[in-house]
Amino acid sequence: MTDFLNSGFRKTDLNSDANIEQNVETTVLGADEIIINMGPQHPSTHGVLRVKLKLDGEKVVDSECIIGYLHRGVEKIAEHRTYQQFAPYVDRMDYVAAVSNGLGYCEAIEKLLGVEAPPRARVIRTILTELQRIASHLVWLGTHALDIGALTPIFYCFREREEILKIFEKYCGARLTTHAFRIGGLQYEAYDELEKDTERFCNDFEHKVDEYETLLTSNRIWLGRTKGIGVISGEQAIAIGATGPVIRASGIQWDIRKAAPYAAYDQYKFDIPTGKNGDTYDRYMVRMEEMRQSTRICLQAIQNIPTGPIMARVGKVLKPPPGEVYHAIEAPKGELGYYVVSDGTTQPYRVRIRPPSFVNLQAFDTMVKGHLVADVVAIIGTLDIVLGEVDR
Amino acid sequence: MVQGLYEFFKPHLLPLLYAVVIVAVLPLLAGYVVLLERKVMADMQARLGPMRVGPHGLLQPIADALKLLIKEDIIPESSDKWIFWMAPLLSVTAGMLAMAALPFGPVFQIAELNVGLLFILGISSMGIFGIVLGGWASNSHYSLLGAMRSSAQLVSYETAAGMAVVSAVILGGTLSTRGLVEIQAQKHIWFFFLAPIGFFLYLVASIAETNRAPFDMPEAESELVAGYMTEYSGFRWALYFLAEYTNMIVVASLATILFFGGWLRPFPNSSWANLFDYVPMLLMLLVGGYSLYRAPKQPVAIQKMVMVAVAGLCFVLALALALPQFASAGSLLASMKPGLHGAFWFLLKVGIYLYTFLWLRFTLPRYRFDQLMKLGWHFLIPVSIVNVFGVGIAVYLSRSTDEGGMGWSVAASVALTSVITLLAAAWLAKKGEHEPAPPATPESV
Amino acid sequence: MFDVITFYLFGGLAVVSAILVVTARNAVHSAIFLVTALLATAGIFLQLHAEFLFIVQVILYVGGIMVLFVFVIMLVNLDVAARQTQFNRMWPFALLLALIVSGQIYAVVHYAQKGISDPLFQVAAAPASALEPNSELIGQALFTQYMLPFEIASIMLLVAMIGAVVMAKRKV
Repeated sequence: MTDFLNSGFRKTDLNSDANIEQNVETTVLGADEIIINMGPQHPSTHGVLRVKLKLDGEKVVDSECIIGYLHRGVEKIAEHRTYQQFAPYVDRMDYVAAVSNGLGYCEAIEKLLGVEAPPRARVIRTILTELQRIASHLVWLGTHALDIGALTPIFYCFREREEILKIFEKYCGARLTTHAFRIGGLQYEAYDELEKDTERFCNDFEHKVDEYETLLTSNRIWLGRTKGIGVISGEQAIAIGATGPVIRASGIQWDIRKAAPYAAYDQYKFDIPTGKNGDTYDRYMVRMEEMRQSTRICLQAIQNIPTGPIMARVGKVLKPPPGEVYHAIEAPKGELGYYVVSDGTTQPYRVRIRPPSFVNLQAFDTMVKGHLVADVVAIIGTLDIVLGEVDR
Repeated sequence: MVQGLYEFFKPHLLPLLYAVVIVAVLPLLAGYVVLLERKVMADMQARLGPMRVGPHGLLQPIADALKLLIKEDIIPESSDKWIFWMAPLLSVTAGMLAMAALPFGPVFQIAELNVGLLFILGISSMGIFGIVLGGWASNSHYSLLGAMRSSAQLVSYETAAGMAVVSAVILGGTLSTRGLVEIQAQKHIWFFFLAPIGFFLYLVASIAETNRAPFDMPEAESELVAGYMTEYSGFRWALYFLAEYTNMIVVASLATILFFGGWLRPFPNSSWANLFDYVPMLLMLLVGGYSLYRAPKQPVAIQKMVMVAVAGLCFVLALALALPQFASAGSLLASMKPGLHGAFWFLLKVGIYLYTFLWLRFTLPRYRFDQLMKLGWHFLIPVSIVNVFGVGIAVYLSRSTDEGGMGWSVAASVALTSVITLLAAAWLAKKGEHEPAPPATPESV
Repeated sequence: MFDVITFYLFGGLAVVSAILVVTARNAVHSAIFLVTALLATAGIFLQLHAEFLFIVQVILYVGGIMVLFVFVIMLVNLDVAARQTQFNRMWPFALLLALIVSGQIYAVVHYAQKGISDPLFQVAAAPASALEPNSELIGQALFTQYMLPFEIASIMLLVAMIGAVVMAKRKV
């Protein structure tokens, strides 16, 4: 399959990319088939993603995603920074959900060190991570709806996200790349109003989710654009290694928060929404329901934040014993894994990050075959990829 | 000799004046419709819209027009320059020409054609050329694709729009636009109440005709191309934009004339509904009073002044509308009443129709192109044909027996035929739903 | 007086456009000149007070058929067409034929004006104002006297449409 693809395509020449390019090669392609390029700069690829589509008329026959436009060498940088110095870098990977990135990394290093964050830190981490999940899903919803043509939900979503970002700013001083957590716990004590702000936000938000649903869920046009589009079955998803809402919408009930609980997730009651058909509509419903479940978790968490220290006893200079650890969390986009190899020095030997978007993007080819060009944009949106994470 | 020339031109002077007014006012009006759209869009999206340029953004259209005028004129190198130059002109000309047959009031009409309706439909179909040639002249594969799609969409929905118009023509018995309004005045009822389904069909078809959302796939920003307008920048693009908004105003005016009585008030000519004559001035007083009420609450002094000025303008308009109403019958003032009130009602209805366009644009997502075509051909055209049958049967049923009809009441015949048409539409919609989405062919990886 | 001016205007425009249709190099330019020619013909109809014909000419010919022409021309590879020779080798023969036909038309018009009673030369003058209102009369005639040809024409169109759809549908 791959050499069939490669023999017809030109060698990817990053320097000569125009936004629009057309190849009609009669050797490999059929008479009506053309290859078009959705360039790195495109309003709907949510970052610098290049997609080569082989079209037969309007139908997509084959596709190829070309990534790497945002590669910054993060994993290589990790080998030359101390463990604490590297922590702000992970925020910049999935820049839409920086708090979860930080959570995964801090917990991985804590596992390596063999320490556990104190209970109070874990609960506050859970609250902030769940708020970040809501914020990430709001960005997804707004941009996905915008790509499909609904011009209004994005403004409503960003209005709610503003409240969450205000909470983050009050907590750690930053809205987007928060660096909220530290290895061993938290640096900043929760500010006084945190519980009140979160409670007010969560109570407000329940109604807002219902508002978004009235605008989209039973809308005939939305149904027509999302039902049956980008179908992937459960087996295929597992074979590709997809995680997160992608796999849950195909009917597989897999959530790391339930399967291998971390932070304080084992203390709270919440459901894992699953879909049935594995199409875009199911992924939309799954993410909407996840937002509701996150508010549920937050409300439970703020009832009972334990008192106590926020930081475990870790030294200023971190020298974990030689060894390796793989720690995965359920980031908003899927399973975010950190594989850290330590050689006993202050700098890790290797940090390998398993980004959810990178693996989920591999499902793109399966999802897009047989659909029309107009659906490509919807399918990229429904995968909820962030190129910072895909390319690192 | 001068007298002879004057006599030759005299019957053409007034239409010429109207034409000059329309050509001069229309770009300004279209610009302010754009501003209105941005403000309404902002309102629905929980934000404010243009606020900086001029108080409350009121000078925004002028700033935009100036900017577009002084922009560099970029012409793609391998394009056909002559056609590239001509295509936007064609679109604008078609739009403005259609205005010639529209009566904006009892006296304001450039050309009283007795096939006025067909003229407007025909000139609108000439506007397709502007799009197709524009796409082709850009010499870009994707502009051409977008232009083809756009024109295919226009052609498909023209049939449905035409059929919806036919249902109003059956009721009116004439193709002349002024004649249709006068028949509505005679019958004391707007055609909307006699052919409601026809109106909704025309509403949907006109949204597709003007390439507005949810039918704006060919010019959507998140698609592969920006459509036929991609290569146009500066004033040429402004001409296309002007053409689009002119088309919107034309279809809104046409819908008003056909279905809402043009310049007539609700229940025209019925003496029991004379209360409606007070609505224009009351509405203006209301708007003026509200502006005055909001004036002290504005944060900045200049905005306060603008609100007071707006209130003043509304009060002046209310006075202008009230004077002919209360003047003694037969005087000069009273004779201005149909003109002034007519203009008010016409603009009010066109404004409501345009507001519906804007409302739908910001609420609904976009149809995919094949879904759009399916909706046009598989749903709208059959329903509009059934609607024509329905209206014809309703007219036959409600005609009195000595004229060869069945003598039913108007309400009964309209109700019966509307129900039948709605059943047909529901059946078609249900049939369309069961068609599967384009089959995905997932291959095992 | 006004009539004469408009007739020569539209007529001249039609003739010039028709010549340009044939001589333009670029196929799209040809199509546009054909549009102009058809619009000029429509203008002549209007000048003869046949407003229904005028508007139907615009709607059907210009808005329908010419759009179709333009579509097809745009989808064809124009570079090949532009490099082909402009005029056929047989152009003297074509010119001769054109001259013969125009001679015939001139003869008919000239002798009809002279009032010769030979039925070969009889051409009735178009009664300009005798056909108002034009659309109503056409509608009435179509649906009463000429009902059968009307139905046959619509069935022909239906057959053509079905044929086009069948040809364009792909074998799935």
